[in-house]
Amino acid sequence: MTTDSKSARDFIAPHVRGLPKSGIRDFFDIVAGRKDVLSLGIGEPDFQTPWHIREKAIESIERGATRYTSNLGTPELRQALAAYMRQSFHAEYDWKSEILVTVGVSEAFDIAMRAILSPGDEVLYHEPCFVAYAPLIRMAHGVPVAVETFRKDEFRLTVQELEKRVTPKTRALLINFPNNPTGATLDREDTEALADFVIRHDLLLISDEVYSELTYEGGRHSMASIPRLRDRLIFLNGFSKAWSMTGFRLGYVCAPAPLTDAMMKIHQYCMMCASSTSQIAGLEALQHGEADITEMRDSYNQRRSFIVSSLNEMGLDCFMPRGAFYVFPSIQSTGLTSQEFALRLLNERSVACVPGTAFGACGAGYLRCAYATGMEQLKEAMDRMSSFVKSL
Amino acid sequence: MDALLDLLKKNARETDAVLAKELNTTAGDIRARIAAYEKEGVIRGFQAVLNTDRLESTDVRAVIELRIRPEREGGFDRIASRISKFPQVESMFLMSGAYDLLLFVKGRSLQEVANFVSARLAPLDGVLSTATHFMLKTYKDQGVLMESEPHDDRLQVCP
Repeated sequence: MTTDSKSARDFIAPHVRGLPKSGIRDFFDIVAGRKDVLSLGIGEPDFQTPWHIREKAIESIERGATRYTSNLGTPELRQALAAYMRQSFHAEYDWKSEILVTVGVSEAFDIAMRAILSPGDEVLYHEPCFVAYAPLIRMAHGVPVAVETFRKDEFRLTVQELEKRVTPKTRALLINFPNNPTGATLDREDTEALADFVIRHDLLLISDEVYSELTYEGGRHSMASIPRLRDRLIFLNGFSKAWSMTGFRLGYVCAPAPLTDAMMKIHQYCMMCASSTSQIAGLEALQHGEADITEMRDSYNQRRSFIVSSLNEMGLDCFMPRGAFYVFPSIQSTGLTSQEFALRLLNERSVACVPGTAFGACGAGYLRCAYATGMEQLKEAMDRMSSFVKSL
Repeated sequence: MDALLDLLKKNARETDAVLAKELNTTAGDIRARIAAYEKEGVIRGFQAVLNTDRLESTDVRAVIELRIRPEREGGFDRIASRISKFPQVESMFLMSGAYDLLLFVKGRSLQEVANFVSARLAPLDGVLSTATHFMLKTYKDQGVLMESEPHDDRLQVCP
């Protein structure tokens, strides 16, 4: 071996080496292997995938429907998605050229970034947010620019904050409502104001609405429903949250034909197509799964009321989020940092919540609690948390 | 249907305080609503759903199809009401189709159920025929699976 040969680490590209490890991952490593833990840290529905969807997937494997599909996704699924977009959001997308089925929303977001960014382009996104956004922007050689959201606005994104961060290099705005980790949603006035903002600055808008079906009150206000955005909107959605299909890895993107075509180029070379089994399951969900959503949403809604009222009772300020399955209580009254609170709660009471800082610096002083867990566990977790807060 | 009834169907042992939080109301309101449902006869009782296959029990259960002759006055109701009062009958329904009444019957032995059918049901005035099917195994009862789906195998923390 010569002295100037590279170590394995040296082969890693600098922009990948520089990516931070997810704060969630850190916390997962601490929790992993502990059996007694009640976890409110799971960003995943607790329901089994509805049986008729699983049954349809099994049946499709039995009859051998296990081949590649069209790169864009099966025509049947895209047609059903076009109908869904029309029915849910009054949005018209041509199934032949404007809808692309992806391996989860994560892939959709990845190919969207790679399709639109040149090195140095800035992308505005709001924090606290899902952990993957900033890294995915970086991996596409873009520059993520965080915009803060605040408790006083119930973590809505305001144009006032956006204006502070927009520059001539800003290429796109990324939003995610209903939001992980805060449960925040947008009203009609919010979506209109954001639409005006992106048009005023001539930006592209990427809207990740994967929690859209889990909106409990105030109505669903999709960016896809705003006609003047049509030529500058990349709409992302998936099946994981609405139908509890996380492991199927099935998402989709709706965008004007030239953008869909650009994303399709990347998708066809790196992914070929989404899993054929998952696409069949997804079609079943769209065609016969409306009642599943209602049932799950009603159940989450009851747990939401329970957890918000329990947290406020124990003195942790928590606004009533109107979407997703997360609450984002403030733990500032305890005098602990998010990290300290989460670690001590885990060590002293065996309850896992994710520190707000895992979702961005402005999550400091908050905690993410996912209520997509059974009522029995939720009750026990709230009891333990309450006794922990009292002990401080 | 009232969400309260849905929640009680899922877990009738839930405390009023928790139900109140889930439904965004007070425990007093929950108590009053349950009392009203009981008074109206909407709520007829609260029971545990058991997997009796797991109990050391030799009890047998059977489903009995009964054809009966309707009466000029009252149709099926008089005789149906009479049959339903036997303590051996756990559930009973009036059916459309090839027979009229469907009975779910429990006894301590095969013999006991057989005797009940031949000595008590069949001789009743108005009973035209019976067909008895013994139950071998319970897979699902009252909407509850007897074998749980695999335990929650989600990752303990995920984004």
